[in-house]
Amino acid sequence: MDLILEGILKAFYLLVTFDPEVIKITFLSLQVSGSATLISLLIGISIGTMVALAEFPGRRFVVSLINTGMGLPPVVVGLFVTIFLWRNGPLGFLGVLYTPTAMIIAQAIIATPIVMGISLAAIQALPKNLRLQILALGATRFQMVWILVKEAKLPLLAGVMAGFGGVISEVGASIMVGGNIKGYSRLLTTATVMETSRGNFDIAIALGIILLLLAYFINLILTNIQQRERPR
Amino acid sequence: MNVPAPILEVDGLKVRKGGALVLDIPSLRLEEGEMLSLIGPNGAGKTTLLQALACLIKPSQGELFFKEKIVSSNHGLFQYRRRLAMVFQEPLLFDTTVFENVSSGLKIRGLKRAEIGKKVAENLERFGILHLVHRSARKISGGEAQRVALARAFATQPEVLFLDEPFASLDPPTRESLIDDLERVLRQTGTTTIFATHDRMEALRLSDRVAVMNRGRILQIGPPPEVMNQPLDEFVASFVGVETILTGRVSKKDKGSFLASVMGHEVEAVGEVELGETVVFCIRPENVTLSPSSPKGATSARNVFTGKIEKVIPMGLFYKVQLQCGFPLVAYVTGHSLEDLELREGKEVVASFKATSIHIVRKK
Repeated sequence: MDLILEGILKAFYLLVTFDPEVIKITFLSLQVSGSATLISLLIGISIGTMVALAEFPGRRFVVSLINTGMGLPPVVVGLFVTIFLWRNGPLGFLGVLYTPTAMIIAQAIIATPIVMGISLAAIQALPKNLRLQILALGATRFQMVWILVKEAKLPLLAGVMAGFGGVISEVGASIMVGGNIKGYSRLLTTATVMETSRGNFDIAIALGIILLLLAYFINLILTNIQQRERPR
Repeated sequence: MNVPAPILEVDGLKVRKGGALVLDIPSLRLEEGEMLSLIGPNGAGKTTLLQALACLIKPSQGELFFKEKIVSSNHGLFQYRRRLAMVFQEPLLFDTTVFENVSSGLKIRGLKRAEIGKKVAENLERFGILHLVHRSARKISGGEAQRVALARAFATQPEVLFLDEPFASLDPPTRESLIDDLERVLRQTGTTTIFATHDRMEALRLSDRVAVMNRGRILQIGPPPEVMNQPLDEFVASFVGVETILTGRVSKKDKGSFLASVMGHEVEAVGEVELGETVVFCIRPENVTLSPSSPKGATSARNVFTGKIEKVIPMGLFYKVQLQCGFPLVAYVTGHSLEDLELREGKEVVASFKATSIHIVRKK
């Protein structure tokens, strides 16, 4: 019991004194997961919207692939990203393995299907005739898609949050492709794993609290989105 | 008489869905400033016709002319659509303010901010919702939302307005006041309008011409009184409110008038028919008079039948009386006459209708 209490006290001390190590880890985490989410938004929203609006043979199959991708196991992603970025792998010449860039790549691969799947569902959930109404207002195809995306902005924001939430708390892929190098590629999750295994519970708890706070804010935003009503 | 140029013209329009022919319009002309109603049951093809005319769906076959120029699907259908507007049954408002909703069509056209503001205010005023301008479209009532949808449509000053049952999901008082406003705005603007509805009263009230549709086809098109009183077939007759539709065989011919046998009873009607021919009688319920005893010599009605009342159905302002006179007959009476004549189920009364009030459909 003392262990936990002492750990929590020390964790708060680290937090309120803005321990440079903890701050650095937190910022790198936000930076890596933020960049990865941004990339996943560009790819996920555009492809998700495209699939939602298009009609083509095999569409059901594509949708099922995207939905499966939403639950991509991070360690599998980590494995393949590692293989691709390995010194004599196909993309080895880039020399980015064990760098934050590699972690951004791996996290973007995890977040993209999540954002894509949610975008697809969000656009499809809009009223069936809304598309026709926008066209009847004289919109070009591009204007129509843009207005639809704006109409789905709340569920899309949910997609952003889900994508970010998925990667900020992810550990497997980041540790595999980032290497958890102190002061360079150490994230909240990878540091928590390491400090725990070393028995440094105080730092691990401090990092855990930060992660929990982040998760709480993400869910707060998500809840607010879900509780809004739809227009007539 | 000079015929005004058509603003919209359709030639051999066909729409297939999954192999089935859902719309088949050999020809249709809409004149500038005209108000045409499409009436028909659900699934008659009204929506499909509107959407095909607005180029929102691609027809399988046929050509569409706007102001005598062919509308081609090759380049920029949006240019054509920018001269139209459509209001659906659902308001389909955007998740933003009323102002932004009404301005959306203008923004799409790239109008200047100042001009947009003026037009939005003008059209909100027209539909009596200027006070809602900064409200969220999420927080207004169904009737208000449909007003916003109409204001949004009128804001772009469409040359043709398509209305797809815009009042169908509103409660009667809201609908009534919205129709009043729409009627006034249409009279002010003179906008050419096609209006789909399954409510024949709405259609009769608002339109210059009515088209009765069923199964993707236009069965009859013409001015409301013509369609009401001279339906071309039984389907149209029943849809425009003819309650009694009887089939008979011509048994005797006089000049101008004839007798036909309907289920063993002789009914007199007026029209040119052949002896032995099968004809359909359409008798509007408001043309049938009920009386307690035979009105000898007191009326010009030759068709006098004694019948038993099978059912009395209250219809709001009047009552619908179903009779069995050897053939079924329906009459409308006021509440006053219902009491006066002591009409109730099972009672025997005398029903009469003029030979000239019967509309005849000749069977080919």
